[in-house]
Amino acid sequence: MLHTFAVYVDNKPGVLNRVASLFRRRAFNIESLTVGHTETPGVSRMTVVVDTDEYGARRLEAHLYKLVPCKRVDNITAAASIARDLALIKVAATGEARTHVMQLVDVYRARIVDVSPESLVIETTGTEDKIDSLLEVLRPYGVVEMVRTGRVAMARGTPPTRRSPAPRSAPVAAETGGDVSHGSV
Amino acid sequence: MKLTGAQVLWEALVREGVTDVFGYPGGAILPAYDAMLGYPIRHVLVRHEQGATHMADGYARASGRVGVAIATSGPGATNMVTGIATAMMDSSPIVCITGQVGSKLIGSDAFQETDITGITLPITKHNYLVTSAEDVAPAVLEAIAVARSGRPGPVLVDITKDAQQTSCEVDWDAAAPHLTEAYDEALPGDGEARDAIALINAAERPLILAGHGVMISGAEREVVALAERGQIPMAITLLGLGGVAASHPLNLGMMGMHGEAWVNNAIQEADLLIALGMRFDDRVTGNIKTYAREARKIHVDIDRGELNKNVRVDVAIAKDLRTALDEWLPHVASGNRAAWLARIDALKGDSAVRDIQNLPDDGHLYAAHVINDLWRLTRGDALVVTDVGQHQMWEAQYYKHNRSRSLITSGGLGTMGFALPAAIGAKIACPDSEVWVVVGDGGFQMTMAELATVVQENLDVNVAIINNGYLGMVRQWQEFFYDKRYAATPISGPNFAKLAEAFGIAAATVTRRADVAGAVEAARRLKRAALIDFQVEQEDSVYPMVPAGADLHKMIRRPSPIVETAAD
Ligand SMILES: Cc1ncc(C[n+]2csc(CCOP(=O)(O)OP(=O)(O)O)c2C)c(N)n1
Ligand SMILES: [Mg+2]
Repeated sequence: MLHTFAVYVDNKPGVLNRVASLFRRRAFNIESLTVGHTETPGVSRMTVVVDTDEYGARRLEAHLYKLVPCKRVDNITAAASIARDLALIKVAATGEARTHVMQLVDVYRARIVDVSPESLVIETTGTEDKIDSLLEVLRPYGVVEMVRTGRVAMARGTPPTRRSPAPRSAPVAAETGGDVSHGSV
Repeated sequence: MKLTGAQVLWEALVREGVTDVFGYPGGAILPAYDAMLGYPIRHVLVRHEQGATHMADGYARASGRVGVAIATSGPGATNMVTGIATAMMDSSPIVCITGQVGSKLIGSDAFQETDITGITLPITKHNYLVTSAEDVAPAVLEAIAVARSGRPGPVLVDITKDAQQTSCEVDWDAAAPHLTEAYDEALPGDGEARDAIALINAAERPLILAGHGVMISGAEREVVALAERGQIPMAITLLGLGGVAASHPLNLGMMGMHGEAWVNNAIQEADLLIALGMRFDDRVTGNIKTYAREARKIHVDIDRGELNKNVRVDVAIAKDLRTALDEWLPHVASGNRAAWLARIDALKGDSAVRDIQNLPDDGHLYAAHVINDLWRLTRGDALVVTDVGQHQMWEAQYYKHNRSRSLITSGGLGTMGFALPAAIGAKIACPDSEVWVVVGDGGFQMTMAELATVVQENLDVNVAIINNGYLGMVRQWQEFFYDKRYAATPISGPNFAKLAEAFGIAAATVTRRADVAGAVEAARRLKRAALIDFQVEQEDSVYPMVPAGADLHKMIRRPSPIVETAAD
């Protein structure tokens, strides 16, 4: 089944690579992985969705904890949570088709964010199901390009959503170049 | 006072108690080598950087202290990869320091630039790329802390040349490591001590499986206390040998692919396995589907990632072993398991008659005899470092280790070429130990250049080559499973005795059983290095054997009685 983890890591160069490498090396398949800043400077949060059983999920959690830059792992699969995916969909719709597409966009509470003579770009946020379904109905009109962020998730209420951990003052990690934020695998 | 990054490196190592390092210089690490002369460090010049990592590993395993290896960028660093992977698989705490090209050159394919942190990412506990002098102290101190903490393992610190050369002020308090403790918290799904104790007290046929973790945790006495109190027999993994004295009446011996038949059978008949600091490697379980089907299972390991990995267990406890056993011991009922112990005695059955040890001298020299004589003459008290192959298994079967950390061998990775360099590290860590290398003619030829290191460092290391003219363990698999088609396994070698003499090492060649003792005694008397080339039976095999993936109780046994070789 799909397991969703919230993983707090030091926002240091190469950390995304370490996490991704762990999944590869342990032969876990990543369904989606997103990463971004948290409310605490120096700490990034990843939302990782993995297809594995309960034992696999537990081992994964253990292995994540063994990564030095990893501060905390929450398996929020069972917790009541909000999960969202964001998609940009470019549809080649002209003439009458364009009107139909705009109606569908309305029904799905999506937005049109770009219009050109040959195409429209639609932005939508929601559960993966909702986006899948919108995609299905748009397909007949010609989806020419699509990009999705993958799932970001957060447990509802207070208890499980502890404050993100403090950043580590300690050193450097491998890799030069950009930080882990804004990445996605 | 300002120090260069290179000085900070040594200052940090010395502050952490490091006294010996194993390494090989080159351009990108030159500033560090230059600064080394100002610090109380013994530097052992190796002949290949793989040797440096194995030496650091042997040093760490013999003493429990962190071993340190140092090399230059590019080829120096990549030569370390095998040794790092070896240390990773066997949980050995080593820190590898590598030089790196200047930080401005990184990414430009500069001369001798290699992405060593990228290469070693999956085979280290952690690694660091240090690009400024300020970062040297925190990185090195944290590296040492990470290497030792939890389940020990290798850490690599890659330091650019400019970071070594620039100067900075160091605030040592601020540089002290702050490792996240989160991993020590119990997680949902962790087993409880009281569940383990209840299973132990209720078991009729319990069996302790003791691994390397017994020694790493320093739980040797606690394990024996558990065994004695509950009258629970113990089976030992290859890396666990020595953690419990071989002579202990409840110690059954080694389990697994080349373990004793009665040990494997006992595992299959047990109603409770108490796995302590071991990881159910495929070489000890055989076919996982038929493994210990009658047994409930308790597993204690400090690495939670090992729990429920290969074998599903009833109680999984992620904890330091000694701490866990201290919790259990007061609650373990004193047991009387006479029926179970009698059953195991019965399982020992005909093993004794099959034992090659009981074969009269028929003029042939068997490796088992060599090992047995070595054990007898050293009174089981030597620190033995073995390589990988048949000789490794014979050593494990016939050298009865009574002392913790008295056997060092590459178990998880099975790295040929490990023994000689690892023994150098072990001898430097434990200069008062009598050190013997037991190595095949194949593996010896992989790292024999380190004989020069033995001589340059004036080390009293004894080398026993079990020379069968084959890559013996592979030949054995070809004999059993590939219709005796010996593809690429006959191996020639130099005249090893002459070779040793060329290095300035005393040497002997032994071809008859009657000459074994004399040669071993001569080597022992000599207070410097000695090498003996034992030319043994060429096509002997290691028994018993559980073929890879076969049921643990379906072992290939030594043909009994042994008559076919007695004829000529
Ligand atoms: C570096 C490396 N290469 C290949 C192997 C595969 N291998 C395992 S045992 C063995 C044969 C070892 O031969 P030798 O050193 O002569 O020891 P013997 O088995 O004859 O005692 C080989 C090739 C290995 N373990 N390590
Ligand atoms: Mg051989």
